[in-house]
Amino acid sequence: MLLKSISMTALVAALAVCALPASAQLKIGVITSSTGSGALVGIPQKNTVPLLPAKIGDLSVEYLSLDDASDPTAAVTAFKKLVSEQNVDAVIGPTGSPAAMGVIQFAAQSGTPMLAPTGSAAVVLPMNDQKRWVFKTTQNDDLIAKALVDHMTKTGIRTVGFIGLNDPFGENWYRVFSGLAQQHHIRITDSERYQRTDSSVTGQALKLLASRPDAVLIAAPGGASILPETTLYDLGYKGRFYQTHGAALPDFLKLGGRKVEGTVLAASLMLVLPEIADSNPSKQVATRYIDAYRKLNGSTPATFGANVYDAGLLLEHAVPIAEKTARPGTPQFRSALRDALENTHDLVGTQGVYNMTPADHSGFDERGRVLITVKDGNWALVK
Amino acid sequence: MNLQILLILAQDGVTNGAVYALLALSILLAFSVTRVLFIPQGEFVVYGALTMASMQGGKPPLVAWLLVAFSLVEAVANLAARYRRTRRWRLSRVAAAQLGYAVVLAVLVRVLPVSHLPVLAQVLLTFALIVPLGPQMYRLFYQPLAGSSVLVLMMVSIALHMALVGLGLLMFGPEGQRIEPFVDVPLQFGAINPGSQALLIVLVSAVLMIAMQQIFARTVYGKALRAVAFNRLGARLMGISPAFAGNATFFVAACLGVLSGILIAPLTTLYFDSGFLISLKGFVGSIIGGLVSYPVAALGALLVGLIEAFSAFWASPYKEIIVFTLLIPVLWWRSLKSRHIEEEEE
Repeated sequence: MLLKSISMTALVAALAVCALPASAQLKIGVITSSTGSGALVGIPQKNTVPLLPAKIGDLSVEYLSLDDASDPTAAVTAFKKLVSEQNVDAVIGPTGSPAAMGVIQFAAQSGTPMLAPTGSAAVVLPMNDQKRWVFKTTQNDDLIAKALVDHMTKTGIRTVGFIGLNDPFGENWYRVFSGLAQQHHIRITDSERYQRTDSSVTGQALKLLASRPDAVLIAAPGGASILPETTLYDLGYKGRFYQTHGAALPDFLKLGGRKVEGTVLAASLMLVLPEIADSNPSKQVATRYIDAYRKLNGSTPATFGANVYDAGLLLEHAVPIAEKTARPGTPQFRSALRDALENTHDLVGTQGVYNMTPADHSGFDERGRVLITVKDGNWALVK
Repeated sequence: MNLQILLILAQDGVTNGAVYALLALSILLAFSVTRVLFIPQGEFVVYGALTMASMQGGKPPLVAWLLVAFSLVEAVANLAARYRRTRRWRLSRVAAAQLGYAVVLAVLVRVLPVSHLPVLAQVLLTFALIVPLGPQMYRLFYQPLAGSSVLVLMMVSIALHMALVGLGLLMFGPEGQRIEPFVDVPLQFGAINPGSQALLIVLVSAVLMIAMQQIFARTVYGKALRAVAFNRLGARLMGISPAFAGNATFFVAACLGVLSGILIAPLTTLYFDSGFLISLKGFVGSIIGGLVSYPVAALGALLVGLIEAFSAFWASPYKEIIVFTLLIPVLWWRSLKSRHIEEEEE
């Protein structure tokens, strides 16, 4: 009898909790690839979730963090689960570009704003009816590519060999870079592809070498960016190396050693924070994030984590505006949140300054990247 | 394409092919003796390389705890089995020794200044840590199912492979790793400049293959394994224990896997999930050998390495496709040549 009454009480209490006005809570879904092939990118993102704002205005925020095991199908399943079962107000993620591409149609269908910390610009470009629900917290490839091409023209490089990963990241980079190169009268002598798990890229490197370019651009995210560079170095290539923001992680220096000395890349200012002028508005935000992350996880975060942190900042700014229109948990709120995100102006993030427009859902300008080189085994600002 | 490029590509192909050949041989050995398609073979490559790398990075390798965990599970299984037989809770001496070995090693890698040890000691420690996992896997996961069909054993292999990749991420982290080259002597043969490490790989592989051939041809243990591969039931009737054959096979497979890992790790960046693709190429090699012939398997693996190197030069986006499409004509030819053999009844 006693047991029964206790369980009844518990049931009533549980119902009461459910029945409480939903206004007290905001639900945000997070999908990261914290296992599988994308783990290098996904783990710092997952570790950043506890640093996201726990309270926005008077709303307490609940984060539901799921792992998609670097599998686009699992990402779609996780997304559907978050939207239909948990009724989340927005989703941060997924980590991988293929996964993000797969999720977009469901974000549009359910009318859920999605903040993608993915590399490929294809998730927000070209803008269409589905992609208007997607916001991207990384620099578009073309922004980074422009910085590299500018550096090439300034230093008199006329021919470039390209080698990229055989995936959307590498493909999109080739598309963006070849377009820009043509405009600036830089000739691409050769274009090669390789796999992240390749144990040798000698064949590709030889072909690049034979085409005699002034410089080589390597487009690959994470540790995969190192192998072509060390192979070319070993084969005696003497030209300059360019890397994308995908190489911007401590492992690049550790695994590359002296062979990557002098490499030029464009990335967010996080790598060279001490050298950045205090007047740069992002410096303060980035320092705050890095310190908090270090305190929590005991290691310095890769820029990938900062992309998730920025998503939190964007939400922190947009939610109070959306709340004026509707209550969280309703389609009206999600729609208002989307509109508010699209109207973000001059929001300072860890990576740069966001200015969203209906056409540009990434919102970075040249304040979102700096040119960096490897000097004496460390990152240094190109002056 | 000139002669120099041709030579460099050939050298690259042979280097990779030599590693694939080692893996092809161990996959073939495991299959012919135990009928297990040993998909986790690639994980030994990765575990070996990453254990070595984490030692050189000054971190005690966490994989020691996997060894302890496996030994514990085995000890418990052993206890239960003995209790059923004798109604007494007593651990067999072998199981106790194994558990002791695992714990001692785990403590050893924590206490020793692993990053300052000479390279040879690091290599030995790596072998001591990883190789026992092979026979342990056989006893824990395959031996209880030894009589099942090839398909069931393959499912176990896939499950084991998935679990080991996940554990690899947990133990070694998502970052790629490299190890220091063992030899760093600049060599120059005319126009080409084969890395001394590449030469070491080819040399070690060749010596090992010849040694294996000799062992199988001349020693009692080698002959016993061949007998099991040839006719399981007949070998058992002649007094060759299938459990011994399984253990020995997995021991050899693990040895070859770890060795391959240590050999290629200075040349390339290895990740926790790199193993599958590497062993898949070894597998293609052993398929070319029809899963029966050792020399053909080794040659097939070498061919895979060469084709890979040349297709990377001519059509890099289609490299993997070219390598794996190679399987189709080989299988077609094989199926034309061979009669259909019913699965052996046990």
